[in-house]
Amino acid sequence: MAKVPVQFTLNGSEKAEFVESGTTLLHALRDKIGDTSPKGGCHQGTCGACSVIIDGELRLSCLTLAETCNGADIKTTAGLAEGGMLHPLQRAFLDAFATQCGFCTPGMIMAAKVLLDRMPNPSREDVVEALSGNVCRCTGYEPIIQAVLTAARANSQNAA
Amino acid sequence: MSLALQTFSTVKDANSALQASGTRYLGGGTLVVRAANEGDVSVSSLVRVTEPSLSQITISGGKARIGASVTMAAIARHPELGMIAPAARAVGGPAIRNMATVGGNLFAPAPYGDFAVALLALDASVATEDGEMPIETFLAGRDTGRAVVTAVGFSLPKAETFRFLKVSRVKPKGVSVLSIAALLQRTADGAVTAARIALGCMADRPIRAKAAEKALLGCKLTPEEIAPALAVAGEGITPVTDPIASAWYRAEVLPVHLGRLLLG
Ligand SMILES: Cc1cc2nc3c(=O)[nH]c(=O)nc-3n(C[C@H](O)[C@H](O)[C@H](O)COP(=O)(O)OP(=O)(O)OC[C@H]3O[C@@H](n4cnc5c(N)ncnc54)[C@H](O)[C@@H]3O)c2cc1C
Ligand code: FES
Ligand code: FES
Repeated sequence: MAKVPVQFTLNGSEKAEFVESGTTLLHALRDKIGDTSPKGGCHQGTCGACSVIIDGELRLSCLTLAETCNGADIKTTAGLAEGGMLHPLQRAFLDAFATQCGFCTPGMIMAAKVLLDRMPNPSREDVVEALSGNVCRCTGYEPIIQAVLTAARANSQNAA
Repeated sequence: MSLALQTFSTVKDANSALQASGTRYLGGGTLVVRAANEGDVSVSSLVRVTEPSLSQITISGGKARIGASVTMAAIARHPELGMIAPAARAVGGPAIRNMATVGGNLFAPAPYGDFAVALLALDASVATEDGEMPIETFLAGRDTGRAVVTAVGFSLPKAETFRFLKVSRVKPKGVSVLSIAALLQRTADGAVTAARIALGCMADRPIRAKAAEKALLGCKLTPEEIAPALAVAGEGITPVTDPIASAWYRAEVLPVHLGRLLLG
Protein backbone atom coordinates (compact mmCIF):
# COMPACT_ATOMS: atom_id res chain seq x y z
CA MET A 1 0.00 0.00 0.00
CA ALA A 2 1.25 3.45 -0.90
CA LYS A 3 2.76 5.50 1.90
CA VAL A 4 1.57 9.04 2.35
CA PRO A 5 3.29 11.92 4.12
CA VAL A 6 1.70 13.35 7.25
CA GLN A 7 2.89 16.47 8.96
CA PHE A 8 1.44 18.10 12.07
CA THR A 9 2.38 19.82 15.29
CA LEU A 10 2.41 17.49 18.27
CA ASN A 11 2.60 19.16 21.68
CA GLY A 12 4.35 22.15 20.13
CA SER A 13 6.90 20.36 17.97
CA GLU A 14 6.74 19.66 14.25
CA LYS A 15 6.33 16.01 13.28
CA ALA A 16 6.59 14.52 9.79
CA GLU A 17 6.16 10.83 8.99
CA PHE A 18 5.28 8.52 6.15
CA VAL A 19 2.36 6.26 6.99
CA GLU A 20 0.30 3.79 5.03
CA SER A 21 -2.83 5.43 3.63
CA GLY A 22 -5.74 4.71 5.97
CA THR A 23 -3.57 4.59 9.12
CA THR A 24 -5.38 5.88 12.17
CA LEU A 25 -3.93 8.79 14.10
CA LEU A 26 -3.77 6.53 17.17
CA HIS A 27 -1.52 4.09 15.31
CA ALA A 28 0.61 6.88 13.86
CA LEU A 29 1.10 8.52 17.27
CA ARG A 30 1.87 5.36 19.18
CA ASP A 31 3.74 3.19 16.71
CA LYS A 32 5.35 5.71 14.38
CA ILE A 33 5.98 8.79 16.48
CA GLY A 34 6.34 7.06 19.83
CA ASP A 35 3.80 9.04 21.86
CA THR A 36 2.09 6.22 23.75
CA SER A 37 -0.03 8.47 25.96
CA PRO A 38 -3.21 7.94 23.89
CA LYS A 39 -4.34 4.38 24.60
CA GLY A 40 -6.08 1.94 22.29
CA GLY A 41 -8.94 0.48 24.29
CA CYS A 42 -11.74 -0.42 21.91
CA HIS A 43 -10.86 1.08 18.50
CA GLN A 44 -14.62 1.62 18.18
CA GLY A 45 -15.14 5.09 19.59
CA THR A 46 -16.73 3.83 22.78
CA CYS A 47 -14.05 4.03 25.49
CA GLY A 48 -12.39 7.42 24.96
CA ALA A 49 -8.94 6.15 26.00
CA CYS A 50 -7.51 7.36 22.69
CA SER A 51 -8.85 10.94 23.09
CA VAL A 52 -6.56 13.71 21.86
CA ILE A 53 -7.07 17.41 21.25
CA ILE A 54 -6.99 18.42 17.58
CA ASP A 55 -7.12 22.16 16.84
CA GLY A 56 -8.65 22.74 20.27
CA GLU A 57 -11.35 20.05 19.96
CA LEU A 58 -11.58 16.67 21.64
CA ARG A 59 -11.34 13.87 19.06
CA LEU A 60 -10.96 10.12 19.08
CA SER A 61 -7.62 9.23 17.51
CA CYS A 62 -8.76 5.64 16.84
CA LEU A 63 -11.41 6.88 14.40
CA THR A 64 -9.35 9.69 12.85
CA LEU A 65 -7.19 8.97 9.84
CA ALA A 66 -3.67 10.38 10.27
CA GLU A 67 -3.61 11.91 6.80
CA THR A 68 -6.66 14.05 7.58
CA CYS A 69 -4.56 15.79 10.27
CA ASN A 70 -2.06 17.44 7.93
CA GLY A 71 -1.25 20.88 9.29
CA ALA A 72 -3.21 20.29 12.50
CA ASP A 73 -2.23 21.21 16.03
CA ILE A 74 -2.42 18.04 18.11
CA LYS A 75 -2.13 17.83 21.88
CA THR A 76 -1.80 14.71 23.97
CA THR A 77 -1.39 14.10 27.69
CA ALA A 78 2.33 13.45 27.13
CA GLY A 79 2.75 17.16 26.39
CA LEU A 80 1.09 18.54 29.53
CA ALA A 81 3.90 18.52 32.07
CA GLU A 82 6.17 21.54 31.88
CA GLY A 83 9.77 21.69 33.11
CA GLY A 84 9.32 18.57 35.24
CA MET A 85 6.14 19.97 36.82
CA LEU A 86 2.94 18.04 36.37
CA HIS A 87 -0.06 19.89 34.92
CA PRO A 88 -2.66 20.78 37.59
CA LEU A 89 -5.00 18.14 36.15
CA GLN A 90 -2.33 15.45 36.39
CA ARG A 91 -1.53 16.55 39.95
CA ALA A 92 -5.21 16.48 40.92
CA PHE A 93 -5.72 13.01 39.40
CA LEU A 94 -2.83 11.64 41.45
CA ASP A 95 -3.93 13.35 44.65
CA ALA A 96 -7.56 12.22 44.34
CA PHE A 97 -6.63 8.60 43.51
CA ALA A 98 -8.44 9.21 40.24
CA THR A 99 -5.92 7.08 38.43
CA GLN A 100 -5.78 3.42 39.38
CA CYS A 101 -4.72 1.12 36.55
CA GLY A 102 -4.27 4.38 34.62
CA PHE A 103 -5.47 3.14 31.26
CA CYS A 104 -8.33 5.64 30.96
CA THR A 105 -6.35 8.50 32.52
CA PRO A 106 -4.80 10.17 29.46
CA GLY A 107 -8.19 10.21 27.70
CA MET A 108 -9.95 11.51 30.81
CA ILE A 109 -7.34 14.25 31.18
CA MET A 110 -7.73 15.33 27.55
CA ALA A 111 -11.52 15.49 27.93
CA ALA A 112 -11.12 17.46 31.18
CA LYS A 113 -8.58 19.80 29.62
CA VAL A 114 -10.84 20.94 26.78
CA LEU A 115 -13.56 21.52 29.36
CA LEU A 116 -11.37 23.64 31.65
CA ASP A 117 -9.89 25.56 28.72
CA ARG A 118 -13.42 26.66 27.81
CA MET A 119 -15.03 26.74 31.22
CA PRO A 120 -12.60 27.41 34.07
CA ASN A 121 -15.27 26.96 36.75
CA PRO A 122 -17.44 24.05 35.65
CA SER A 123 -20.27 22.60 37.70
CA ARG A 124 -20.28 18.93 38.63
CA GLU A 125 -22.84 18.40 35.86
CA ASP A 126 -20.56 20.06 33.31
CA VAL A 127 -17.75 17.70 34.35
CA VAL A 128 -19.96 14.62 34.07
CA GLU A 129 -21.11 15.73 30.63
CA ALA A 130 -17.54 16.47 29.48
CA LEU A 131 -16.34 13.01 30.58
CA SER A 132 -19.39 11.16 29.29
CA GLY A 133 -17.57 9.63 26.33
CA ASN A 134 -14.81 8.18 28.50
CA VAL A 135 -15.04 4.84 30.25
CA CYS A 136 -13.20 3.93 33.46
CA ARG A 137 -13.26 0.37 34.74
CA CYS A 138 -11.49 1.03 38.05
CA THR A 139 -12.41 4.16 39.92
CA GLY A 140 -16.20 4.32 39.79
CA TYR A 141 -15.78 7.84 38.29
CA GLU A 142 -16.33 9.80 41.52
CA PRO A 143 -12.59 10.39 42.19
CA ILE A 144 -12.16 11.51 38.58
CA ILE A 145 -15.01 14.03 38.85
CA GLN A 146 -13.54 15.30 42.12
CA ALA A 147 -10.07 15.59 40.57
CA VAL A 148 -11.37 17.73 37.70
CA LEU A 149 -13.28 19.98 40.11
CA THR A 150 -10.16 20.29 42.29
CA ALA A 151 -7.98 21.19 39.30
CA ALA A 152 -10.56 23.81 38.30
CA ARG A 153 -10.45 25.34 41.80
CA ALA A 154 -6.63 25.30 41.75
CA ASN A 155 -6.66 27.08 38.37
CA SER A 156 -9.03 29.80 39.49
CA GLN A 157 -7.02 30.37 42.70
CA ASN A 158 -3.85 30.78 40.64
CA ALA A 159 -5.64 33.18 38.34
CA ALA A 160 -7.00 35.25 41.24
CA MET B 1 -5.91 -2.04 8.02
CA SER B 2 -5.73 -1.54 4.29
CA LEU B 3 -7.69 1.53 3.42
CA ALA B 4 -6.73 4.12 0.89
CA LEU B 5 -7.99 7.66 1.32
CA GLN B 6 -8.54 9.90 -1.68
CA THR B 7 -9.12 13.60 -1.08
CA PHE B 8 -10.89 15.75 -3.67
CA SER B 9 -11.53 19.46 -3.76
CA THR B 10 -14.84 19.16 -5.63
CA VAL B 11 -17.95 17.07 -5.11
CA LYS B 12 -17.99 16.25 -8.82
CA ASP B 13 -14.60 14.51 -8.69
CA ALA B 14 -15.55 12.67 -5.50
CA ASN B 15 -18.76 11.43 -7.13
CA SER B 16 -16.82 9.89 -10.01
CA ALA B 17 -14.36 8.25 -7.59
CA LEU B 18 -17.29 6.80 -5.58
CA GLN B 19 -18.41 4.75 -8.60
CA ALA B 20 -15.54 2.30 -8.04
CA SER B 21 -16.49 -0.80 -6.06
CA GLY B 22 -15.32 -1.00 -2.43
CA THR B 23 -15.27 2.78 -2.24
CA ARG B 24 -17.17 4.78 0.37
CA TYR B 25 -17.45 8.38 1.39
CA LEU B 26 -15.67 9.45 4.58
CA GLY B 27 -17.56 11.92 6.75
CA GLY B 28 -16.42 12.15 10.36
CA GLY B 29 -15.48 8.49 10.19
CA THR B 30 -17.21 7.48 13.43
CA LEU B 31 -19.02 4.65 11.63
CA VAL B 32 -16.93 3.95 8.58
CA VAL B 33 -13.50 3.96 10.27
CA ARG B 34 -14.97 2.00 13.15
CA ALA B 35 -16.17 -0.63 10.66
CA ALA B 36 -12.70 -0.81 9.14
CA ASN B 37 -11.15 -1.16 12.63
CA GLU B 38 -13.55 -4.02 13.30
CA GLY B 39 -12.34 -5.84 10.20
CA ASP B 40 -15.00 -4.89 7.64
CA VAL B 41 -13.12 -5.56 4.43
CA SER B 42 -15.98 -4.47 2.14
CA VAL B 43 -14.47 -0.98 2.19
CA SER B 44 -11.04 -0.70 0.64
CA SER B 45 -11.05 2.92 -0.33
CA LEU B 46 -12.43 6.10 1.22
CA VAL B 47 -13.20 9.36 -0.52
CA ARG B 48 -13.53 12.78 1.04
CA VAL B 49 -14.24 16.27 -0.20
CA THR B 50 -12.71 19.46 1.12
CA GLU B 51 -15.12 21.85 -0.66
CA PRO B 52 -15.77 24.59 1.94
CA SER B 53 -19.54 24.80 1.27
CA LEU B 54 -19.93 21.35 2.79
CA SER B 55 -18.87 22.73 6.16
CA GLN B 56 -21.11 25.79 6.15
CA ILE B 57 -24.33 26.61 7.96
CA THR B 58 -26.46 29.27 6.25
CA ILE B 59 -29.59 30.73 7.79
CA SER B 60 -31.73 33.08 5.73
CA GLY B 61 -35.39 33.86 5.24
CA GLY B 62 -36.46 31.43 7.97
CA LYS B 63 -34.62 28.56 6.31
CA ALA B 64 -31.50 26.68 7.36
CA ARG B 65 -29.02 24.99 5.06
CA ILE B 66 -26.52 22.77 6.84
CA GLY B 67 -23.57 21.42 4.84
CA ALA B 68 -23.11 17.65 5.03
CA SER B 69 -19.71 17.93 6.75
CA VAL B 70 -21.05 20.11 9.58
CA THR B 71 -20.61 18.33 12.91
CA MET B 72 -23.14 17.77 15.68
CA ALA B 73 -21.01 20.01 17.92
CA ALA B 74 -21.19 22.87 15.41
CA ILE B 75 -24.99 22.56 15.23
CA ALA B 76 -25.32 22.33 19.02
CA ARG B 77 -23.48 25.63 19.53
CA HIS B 78 -24.96 27.59 16.60
CA PRO B 79 -26.90 30.56 18.02
CA GLU B 80 -29.73 30.30 15.49
CA LEU B 81 -30.21 26.53 15.65
CA GLY B 82 -31.19 26.41 19.32
CA MET B 83 -34.46 24.63 18.62
CA ILE B 84 -32.77 21.61 17.07
CA ALA B 85 -29.68 21.68 19.32
CA PRO B 86 -31.15 19.00 21.65
CA ALA B 87 -31.15 16.52 18.75
CA ALA B 88 -27.50 17.32 17.93
CA ARG B 89 -26.51 17.09 21.61
CA ALA B 90 -28.20 13.69 21.80
CA VAL B 91 -25.55 12.14 19.55
CA GLY B 92 -22.71 10.36 21.40
CA GLY B 93 -20.29 12.01 23.83
CA PRO B 94 -18.32 15.24 23.29
CA ALA B 95 -15.59 13.69 21.11
CA ILE B 96 -18.12 11.87 18.91
CA ARG B 97 -20.07 15.14 18.48
CA ASN B 98 -16.89 16.91 17.34
CA MET B 99 -16.51 14.30 14.60
CA ALA B 100 -20.00 13.04 13.69
CA THR B 101 -21.38 14.83 10.62
CA VAL B 102 -24.92 15.53 9.48
CA GLY B 103 -24.21 13.62 6.25
CA GLY B 104 -23.07 10.55 8.17
CA ASN B 105 -26.09 10.67 10.50
CA LEU B 106 -28.40 10.37 7.48
CA PHE B 107 -26.80 7.00 6.70
CA ALA B 108 -26.47 5.74 10.29
CA PRO B 109 -28.40 2.50 10.86
CA ALA B 110 -30.57 2.13 13.98
CA PRO B 111 -29.95 2.48 16.91
CA TYR B 112 -28.08 5.48 15.50
CA GLY B 113 -29.44 8.34 13.43
CA ASP B 114 -30.94 10.50 16.19
CA PHE B 115 -30.35 13.73 14.28
CA ALA B 116 -31.84 12.24 11.11
CA VAL B 117 -35.00 11.57 13.15
CA ALA B 118 -35.23 15.29 13.86
CA LEU B 119 -34.62 16.09 10.18
CA LEU B 120 -37.43 13.71 9.17
CA ALA B 121 -39.89 15.47 11.48
CA LEU B 122 -38.76 18.80 10.04
CA ASP B 123 -39.48 17.56 6.49
CA ALA B 124 -35.92 18.41 5.49
CA SER B 125 -34.62 18.20 1.96
CA VAL B 126 -31.41 16.34 1.18
CA ALA B 127 -29.16 17.80 -1.50
CA THR B 128 -26.75 16.08 -3.85
CA GLU B 129 -25.12 17.46 -6.98
CA ASP B 130 -28.18 16.34 -8.95
CA GLY B 131 -30.57 18.46 -6.91
CA GLU B 132 -32.72 18.13 -3.84
CA MET B 133 -35.09 15.42 -2.68
CA PRO B 134 -37.41 15.05 0.31
CA ILE B 135 -35.72 13.26 3.22
CA GLU B 136 -38.21 10.39 3.00
CA THR B 137 -37.22 9.68 -0.59
CA PHE B 138 -33.58 9.89 0.42
CA LEU B 139 -33.96 7.52 3.39
CA ALA B 140 -35.85 4.96 1.31
CA GLY B 141 -33.07 4.83 -1.29
CA ARG B 142 -30.00 5.42 0.85
CA ASP B 143 -28.64 1.87 0.51
CA THR B 144 -28.29 2.11 -3.23
CA GLY B 145 -27.42 5.78 -3.77
CA ARG B 146 -23.72 6.45 -4.29
CA ALA B 147 -23.74 10.23 -4.61
CA VAL B 148 -22.17 12.54 -2.05
CA VAL B 149 -24.80 14.28 0.04
CA THR B 150 -23.86 17.95 0.05
CA ALA B 151 -26.37 19.51 2.47
CA VAL B 152 -29.71 19.33 4.22
CA GLY B 153 -32.23 22.17 4.23
CA PHE B 154 -35.35 22.87 6.26
CA SER B 155 -37.61 25.67 7.42
CA LEU B 156 -36.69 26.74 10.93
CA PRO B 157 -39.49 25.62 13.22
CA LYS B 158 -41.20 28.27 15.32
CA ALA B 159 -40.49 28.03 19.02
CA GLU B 160 -42.79 25.55 20.77
CA THR B 161 -43.67 23.70 17.55
CA PHE B 162 -40.68 21.33 17.58
CA ARG B 163 -40.06 18.67 20.22
CA PHE B 164 -37.35 16.03 20.50
CA LEU B 165 -36.83 13.17 22.91
CA LYS B 166 -34.14 10.53 23.11
CA VAL B 167 -34.49 7.66 25.55
CA SER B 168 -31.31 5.90 26.63
CA ARG B 169 -30.30 3.81 29.61
CA VAL B 170 -26.89 5.35 30.25
CA LYS B 171 -26.93 9.01 31.27
CA PRO B 172 -25.88 11.53 30.08
CA LYS B 173 -24.60 9.68 27.03
CA GLY B 174 -26.06 6.45 25.77
CA VAL B 175 -27.29 4.77 22.65
CA SER B 176 -30.99 5.15 21.87
CA VAL B 177 -33.67 2.82 23.10
CA LEU B 178 -35.68 5.09 20.85
CA SER B 179 -35.85 8.69 19.74
CA ILE B 180 -38.87 10.75 18.74
CA ALA B 181 -39.16 14.13 17.05
CA ALA B 182 -42.42 15.97 16.50
CA LEU B 183 -43.37 19.09 14.60
CA LEU B 184 -46.80 20.27 15.72
CA GLN B 185 -48.82 23.22 14.42
CA ARG B 186 -51.61 24.28 16.75
CA THR B 187 -54.41 26.81 16.86
CA ALA B 188 -54.49 29.53 19.49
CA ASP B 189 -56.60 27.30 21.74
CA GLY B 190 -54.13 24.43 21.39
CA ALA B 191 -55.79 22.10 18.88
CA VAL B 192 -53.37 20.33 16.55
CA THR B 193 -53.76 21.41 12.92
CA ALA B 194 -50.75 19.58 11.48
CA ALA B 195 -48.38 16.98 12.90
CA ARG B 196 -45.22 15.26 11.67
CA ILE B 197 -43.84 12.63 14.02
CA ALA B 198 -40.59 10.80 13.32
CA LEU B 199 -39.35 7.73 15.17
CA GLY B 200 -35.84 6.33 15.62
CA CYS B 201 -35.11 2.62 16.32
CA MET B 202 -38.61 1.65 15.16
CA ALA B 203 -37.14 0.33 11.89
CA ASP B 204 -33.59 0.12 10.50
CA ARG B 205 -33.87 3.82 9.68
CA PRO B 206 -36.02 6.77 10.83
CA ILE B 207 -39.72 6.39 9.96
CA ARG B 208 -42.87 8.45 10.41
CA ALA B 209 -45.69 7.55 12.78
CA LYS B 210 -48.32 8.38 10.19
CA ALA B 211 -51.29 6.83 12.00
CA ALA B 212 -50.49 8.78 15.15
CA GLU B 213 -50.02 11.99 13.13
CA LYS B 214 -53.51 11.55 11.68
CA ALA B 215 -55.10 10.67 15.00
CA LEU B 216 -53.69 13.84 16.57
CA LEU B 217 -55.44 16.21 14.17
CA GLY B 218 -57.94 18.38 15.99
CA CYS B 219 -56.79 17.15 19.40
CA LYS B 220 -55.61 19.24 22.29
CA LEU B 221 -52.52 17.92 24.04
CA THR B 222 -54.31 16.42 27.04
CA PRO B 223 -54.04 12.80 28.23
CA GLU B 224 -57.60 12.05 27.10
CA GLU B 225 -57.36 13.62 23.68
CA ILE B 226 -53.99 12.13 22.70
CA ALA B 227 -54.95 8.60 23.81
CA PRO B 228 -56.16 7.49 20.35
CA ALA B 229 -52.88 8.71 18.81
CA LEU B 230 -50.84 6.76 21.36
CA ALA B 231 -52.93 3.67 20.70
CA VAL B 232 -51.90 3.67 17.03
CA ALA B 233 -48.30 4.88 17.55
CA GLY B 234 -46.94 1.41 16.85
CA GLU B 235 -48.74 0.94 13.54
CA GLY B 236 -46.30 -0.13 10.85
CA ILE B 237 -43.23 -0.29 13.07
CA THR B 238 -40.62 -3.07 13.01
CA PRO B 239 -38.30 -2.07 15.87
CA VAL B 240 -34.67 -3.23 15.96
CA THR B 241 -33.39 -5.75 18.50
CA ASP B 242 -29.88 -5.08 19.77
CA PRO B 243 -27.95 -5.14 23.07
CA ILE B 244 -29.75 -1.94 24.14
CA ALA B 245 -33.31 -3.29 23.88
CA SER B 246 -35.44 -5.92 22.20
CA ALA B 247 -37.95 -5.10 19.49
CA TRP B 248 -40.72 -6.10 21.93
CA TYR B 249 -39.49 -3.70 24.60
CA ARG B 250 -39.13 -0.84 22.15
CA ALA B 251 -42.67 -1.37 20.88
CA GLU B 252 -44.03 -1.53 24.45
CA VAL B 253 -42.45 1.74 25.59
CA LEU B 254 -43.02 3.76 22.42
CA PRO B 255 -46.54 4.98 23.39
CA VAL B 256 -45.35 5.85 26.90
CA HIS B 257 -42.55 8.07 25.61
CA LEU B 258 -44.61 9.56 22.81
CA GLY B 259 -47.17 10.49 25.46
CA ARG B 260 -44.49 12.18 27.58
CA LEU B 261 -43.20 14.11 24.58
CA LEU B 262 -46.68 15.32 23.63
CA LEU B 263 -47.72 16.25 27.17
CA GLY B 264 -44.31 17.65 28.22
C1 LIG C 1 -19.29 5.60 20.51
C2 LIG C 1 -20.31 6.03 19.50
C3 LIG C 1 -21.49 6.57 19.93
C4 LIG C 1 -22.46 6.99 19.02
N1 LIG C 1 -23.61 7.51 19.48
C5 LIG C 1 -24.55 7.94 18.60
C6 LIG C 1 -25.76 8.50 19.06
O1 LIG C 1 -26.00 8.60 20.26
N2 LIG C 1 -26.67 8.90 18.13
C7 LIG C 1 -26.45 8.78 16.79
O2 LIG C 1 -27.29 9.19 16.00
N3 LIG C 1 -25.30 8.25 16.32
C8 LIG C 1 -24.35 7.82 17.20
N4 LIG C 1 -23.20 7.26 16.73
C9 LIG C 1 -23.06 7.00 15.30
C10 LIG C 1 -22.35 8.10 14.51
O3 LIG C 1 -21.34 8.73 15.25
C11 LIG C 1 -23.30 9.19 14.01
O4 LIG C 1 -24.44 8.62 13.42
C12 LIG C 1 -22.63 10.14 13.02
O5 LIG C 1 -23.48 11.21 12.71
C13 LIG C 1 -22.15 9.48 11.75
O6 LIG C 1 -21.50 10.48 11.01
P1 LIG C 1 -19.98 10.36 10.49
O7 LIG C 1 -19.69 11.64 9.80
O8 LIG C 1 -19.05 9.97 11.54
O9 LIG C 1 -20.16 9.16 9.45
P2 LIG C 1 -19.08 8.31 8.69
O10 LIG C 1 -18.62 7.20 9.54
O11 LIG C 1 -18.04 9.17 8.08
O12 LIG C 1 -20.03 7.74 7.53
C14 LIG C 1 -21.11 6.86 7.80
C15 LIG C 1 -21.70 6.40 6.46
O13 LIG C 1 -22.31 7.48 5.79
C16 LIG C 1 -21.71 7.70 4.53
N5 LIG C 1 -21.60 9.15 4.37
C17 LIG C 1 -21.20 10.04 5.33
N6 LIG C 1 -21.29 11.30 4.87
C18 LIG C 1 -21.75 11.21 3.59
C19 LIG C 1 -22.06 12.18 2.59
N7 LIG C 1 -21.91 13.49 2.81
N8 LIG C 1 -22.47 11.73 1.39
C20 LIG C 1 -22.64 10.40 1.14
N9 LIG C 1 -22.38 9.44 2.06
C21 LIG C 1 -21.94 9.84 3.26
C22 LIG C 1 -20.36 7.01 4.60
O14 LIG C 1 -19.92 6.59 3.35
C23 LIG C 1 -20.66 5.86 5.50
O15 LIG C 1 -21.20 4.81 4.79
C24 LIG C 1 -22.21 6.84 17.63
C25 LIG C 1 -21.00 6.30 17.20
C26 LIG C 1 -20.05 5.89 18.10
C27 LIG C 1 -18.75 5.33 17.60
S1 FES D 1 -9.75 3.35 21.51
FE1 FES D 1 -10.67 5.10 20.66
S2 FES D 1 -12.49 5.26 21.78
FE2 FES D 1 -11.68 3.38 22.51
S1 FES E 1 -8.13 3.88 36.20
FE1 FES E 1 -8.31 1.92 35.32
S2 FES E 1 -9.72 2.31 33.73
FE2 FES E 1 -9.74 4.16 34.78
